[in-house]
Amino acid sequence: MSEMWVLSGIAVMVAGFVLCFNPLLVVVAAAAVTGLTAGLDLHAIVSAFGKAFNDTRYVSVVWIVLPVIGLLEAHGLQERARGLIAGLKGATTGRLLTGYLLIRQLSSALGLTSVAGHAQTVRPLVAPMAEAAAERQKDLTEDEREQVKAMSAATDNVGLFFGEDIFIAIGSILLMVGFLEQQGIILSPFELSVWAIPTAFAAFFIHGFRLWRLDRRLGRKEAGQ
Amino acid sequence: MIGLPFVYTLAGMTFLAFAVLSLRDASNAKRWGNGAFWGLLALSMLAGDRLGDFANGLLVLALVAIAGTGQLGRGAGGTTPEVRAKRAERYGNHLFLLALVIPATALAGTFGFEHLPGLVNPKQVTLVSLALGALLALVIGLAWLRPHPAAPLQEGRRLMDSVGWAAILPQMLASLGAVFALAGVGDVVGQLMAGVIPEGSRFGAVIAFTLGMALFTMVMGNAFAAFPVMAAAIAVPVLIRQYGGDPAVVCAIGMLAGFCGTLMTPMAANFNIVPAALLELKDRNAVVWAQVGTALPLLAINTLLIWWFAF
Repeated sequence: MSEMWVLSGIAVMVAGFVLCFNPLLVVVAAAAVTGLTAGLDLHAIVSAFGKAFNDTRYVSVVWIVLPVIGLLEAHGLQERARGLIAGLKGATTGRLLTGYLLIRQLSSALGLTSVAGHAQTVRPLVAPMAEAAAERQKDLTEDEREQVKAMSAATDNVGLFFGEDIFIAIGSILLMVGFLEQQGIILSPFELSVWAIPTAFAAFFIHGFRLWRLDRRLGRKEAGQ
Repeated sequence: MIGLPFVYTLAGMTFLAFAVLSLRDASNAKRWGNGAFWGLLALSMLAGDRLGDFANGLLVLALVAIAGTGQLGRGAGGTTPEVRAKRAERYGNHLFLLALVIPATALAGTFGFEHLPGLVNPKQVTLVSLALGALLALVIGLAWLRPHPAAPLQEGRRLMDSVGWAAILPQMLASLGAVFALAGVGDVVGQLMAGVIPEGSRFGAVIAFTLGMALFTMVMGNAFAAFPVMAAAIAVPVLIRQYGGDPAVVCAIGMLAGFCGTLMTPMAANFNIVPAALLELKDRNAVVWAQVGTALPLLAINTLLIWWFAF
């Protein structure tokens, strides 16, 4: 049973997030607890964490797009995005985000996952457009504004996750091929990636339905005013 | 060959500029904290491979100490809405074209560099293309909009400050995953999950697998980390070997059940916490909450899909 103690790091993570401590502190505490219960000394834990941090620097590279995004925003990109939507008849938050969902799923299915993203497209373009469309539907409360923005980011994630596995050379497909090979099961990437298609359709319809409901909610309040 | 070293150098220079501009920002009461934070990150990008593991670990602890004690602040300044509205009118829809330079370059690079073997490391072509796209858009933007030469870095730093400590959370969580792996957390979780499968129930085993994938992904923040554990504990020995399930269906859809977990956890920081910071949402978990309504039904459908198609 003593090996169960290595799970204490997970307990630290959950407790830390629930109690709203700074997540960076929580992560370090969880790493320390996990390492100590696994019998590592502090020097080894700090080294292991440092090595992993150095090996995963590519995760933080995306921030190099910020100077361009900042330059564009200072020259009115968000305002222009809003203006474009304000001039489009029939543009609603739901329709706009459903269109973006479709584009994101299709481009991810072709392997073009980093063409869009939260820093590249959601913050400068998608969220302001969705907000502008919602403003035309009704006078937004602070909560509704937040909801529309959060839904813009959520739509990007859903489109990415449930499109990318249709592409045969994506990391998760290659991971599965490699894992199954170790287990003596030989599959081609294509055999796996076709089985991402049913879920891709389901994701489109479920999330699309929720966006349609968001539209109904935004629209109905206008009728009651 | 162009690869990650080029990308890391570029990122390091960008963070270094953010650090210098932070230090010079008198409107920010915590400018020393901001300067040190982005400066350390620049050091990591520029010299991380030469520091050694232990020094890198100390660097991480310093970053966490700065952020954890609330030493990161935000300065005043930036353009006013009136100025931006006027500029938006002046530059019009051409702004979109410039915004599309980054994705267009990423697209062209991903396909184009295949035909120029030896120029770009094929494993890192996506990141290199993204970096080239950002550079190209910057050059075009400077030539067309003619701002003050430091303006892009100043505006970029302002956005970076609004993201704050959340900027390194994804990298921190990825590193925590490595420590978990070293301590053998996955094996213990796998044994636990294998122990709860109801005897003789094929549907019960399918549920244990998809639910296990989603839950363990929520803990690790990453379905890639959950898959080998859950597949070795449940999918291969029980669903595939015992009940004769089709491995392609079980694994492909099982991975997607894990992605449903990714939608529901703050641990997947780059997808869920970073956008909340970028969009300046009040609730750090607003994006997670917005996704639960999609993730739960989809998890149920993935479970049914395996049950229908694998056997």
